[in-house]
Amino acid sequence: MDFGLSELQLSMQENVNRFLDDEASLDRVREFATTDHSLAQDIWNGLVNLGVVGVLVPEEYGGLGLSAMDAVVIGECLGSHVTPVPFLSTCVVAPRAISLAGSDSQKNEYLSTIADGRKTIGLALSEACAPRGKAGATVRDGKLTGTARFVSDPDADFWLIADRDAQLHVIAAGAPNLEIKVMPQIDRTRPLCELTLSGTPCDPLPNSTSDILQHVLDVAWTALAFDTLGASQSMLDQAVEYAMNREQFNRVIASFQAVKHMCAEMAAEIEPSRALLWYAGFALDDAPDEAHLHACHAKAHLAEVGTFVAKTATVVHGGMGFTDLLGLHYWFKRIGFNRQFLGGPEWLREQAAIAQNLAA
Amino acid sequence: MDLSYGPQYDTYRQEIRDFIEKHRDQAPRNAPLKSDAGKRWQKLLIEHGYTARTIPKEYGGHGGEPDLLKGRIIAEEFARGQTPQDLGGQGISMLVPTLLELGTEEQKRQFIPPTLAGEMVWCQGYSEPNAGSDLASLRTSGVLDGDEWVINGSKIWTSTAHLADWIFCLVRTEPDAPKHQGISFLLFRMDTPGIEIRPLVDMTLAPNFNEVFFTDVRVPKDQIVGKRGEGWYVANAILGHERDSLGDPNATLARMTRLIELMKEETVGNERIIDNPIYRDRLMKIQARVMTLRFNDLRVLSSRLNNTDTRLARMISKLQGTELRHELEGLAIDAMGETGLMYGPSEFLRDGGSWQNQYMYFLGLIIGGGTSQIQKNIISERGLGMPKEPKVDQSAAKVN
Repeated sequence: MDFGLSELQLSMQENVNRFLDDEASLDRVREFATTDHSLAQDIWNGLVNLGVVGVLVPEEYGGLGLSAMDAVVIGECLGSHVTPVPFLSTCVVAPRAISLAGSDSQKNEYLSTIADGRKTIGLALSEACAPRGKAGATVRDGKLTGTARFVSDPDADFWLIADRDAQLHVIAAGAPNLEIKVMPQIDRTRPLCELTLSGTPCDPLPNSTSDILQHVLDVAWTALAFDTLGASQSMLDQAVEYAMNREQFNRVIASFQAVKHMCAEMAAEIEPSRALLWYAGFALDDAPDEAHLHACHAKAHLAEVGTFVAKTATVVHGGMGFTDLLGLHYWFKRIGFNRQFLGGPEWLREQAAIAQNLAA
Repeated sequence: MDLSYGPQYDTYRQEIRDFIEKHRDQAPRNAPLKSDAGKRWQKLLIEHGYTARTIPKEYGGHGGEPDLLKGRIIAEEFARGQTPQDLGGQGISMLVPTLLELGTEEQKRQFIPPTLAGEMVWCQGYSEPNAGSDLASLRTSGVLDGDEWVINGSKIWTSTAHLADWIFCLVRTEPDAPKHQGISFLLFRMDTPGIEIRPLVDMTLAPNFNEVFFTDVRVPKDQIVGKRGEGWYVANAILGHERDSLGDPNATLARMTRLIELMKEETVGNERIIDNPIYRDRLMKIQARVMTLRFNDLRVLSSRLNNTDTRLARMISKLQGTELRHELEGLAIDAMGETGLMYGPSEFLRDGGSWQNQYMYFLGLIIGGGTSQIQKNIISERGLGMPKEPKVDQSAAKVN
């Protein structure tokens, strides 16, 4: 019986946190958010040097060959620092999809360039889970036609896309008959775009199945939940620190019960959530029968916890919380993004009910 | 990450399941304290090591080796089987661990065996009408007169006082000391002259509580646990245990399993409640929280096995566990609608009226054992390092 993060996971988190503390400050995040959407190469290189970019890539393709759990716990650090890098897409979801559904030559081509940080792969999976509007892509004569919305990483080298038949493909950014249009949205740390496909060449992953697609989504949901966990903990820490320093009525506001109770309520939501996420992360590789249900609940529950924390921590900061000056809104928006991206909590809870035969 | 308890524990778990299956009919149903059925059940459980498992045989326990996982498996299986894991009562849950930790050898031998056997029933005398959340301000006084304490004052929320043979009681014996250092932990018989008990009916309409009044109650001087003035620390030595047991996630999980069945059975119009997306969404929201607290509990267990720190994870369990359980019971009532109002003998009553009963009972537990607000003070001060409220100036306080 040992329910907690492993020494390896803790030391990876420590290394990533230390690097991000030094090299991915709020000023750097702000710079990324207020300029164009090109890759934050300095931060990315640092993560490449730490080896975590290849965490899920099998060793034979130059990665660390670790488990999904090892990958998603790194997401907690990135959420905590609102880090603007394509980790979720390139390092977690895409390598898992390609490892499971790709051919040997595809693995060779894509996984090795992920592991050494040369290429990034965005996600075009929104139509595969909770599609909005009439978007979606279909294969005709070996080429993709249609649209994909809320696609991550407008500057990626490739995208992983699921067509209407749950078949996974990789498309290249430079492919002909492909139009890329940025979709301006609140979270400037993870830009989104729309892809218009008009007979766009694609590289289908031949072993795709709907089960693999579902597993890939479960991995993505769990990773997003960890991102929210990190962002929520950071917001609570910032709120407590602010309250310990801000004085009103001749005392620090941290000594007022109204403020203390807001902070206690945040801690009481965040702290037990850790254990739910640990199990959800563990289940991805080690309890596959339970992985889907726990991934649904993990993402939905953290959406609720995160939303509560994002609001409450901002309120603890008073007027300063509302300003751009303090930058707290980057965490607020990150949590807001994670709540909606690839399925909101109501939709996910319905998936949880379906998984238990409580809904059709 | 390793969530298995190991194969030797699988056998142990199966033994308990078999035991519960075979003996569950003998488990006492209602008000087991003082009943013969209750005492027989307690004896059977001690023999098998399912209660008082690690308490030495000379004190009437089972005398087993400490094993956190065995303790956990027992709790899980009895919760799952919805079967009482002991006779209950605050003598067994609170006084026995206190004496084991801080009692004299003589006190252990005198009090623990009959308490475990159910022969000696206890009540707890802590709270007073004017000392609730601020328990340490209690005023019941004990004045030494020769070889006896003379006790005057009153206690409230005293569960089972009307059944109890003895009371463990916090009494102010050092009126000039600072408030936390002026309290002693005394033990005395409930049939001592000068004790009056008045029942206090709670909102479930059960006579669970009492008020207890002391008028010149004379207690032998040596019936004290710890030294004079140490009572606050004696009482606090095990208050954490009580909080850990309120809102137990295993019991909540068993209730949720039943709630899901109930939502399949109940209908509104021609629609099963489970088929209604609004009720279903509420159920799924609660399920995620039940899972969360269950895994949190496993994390705490694992940290105790491996000696790692999880202070915050432990601190939140009473607050979240009781609030969640209250909400879960409330969802069942909503799922039943008007049928959910039934409370008393009726063909429309579901599950013996337990949903309304537990809905109210857990509101009581949100308040009792340290209110949710006190829990939030503890979490913010001891968990997050935030400062205490400044002390109010006494002269200003009296004006109010």
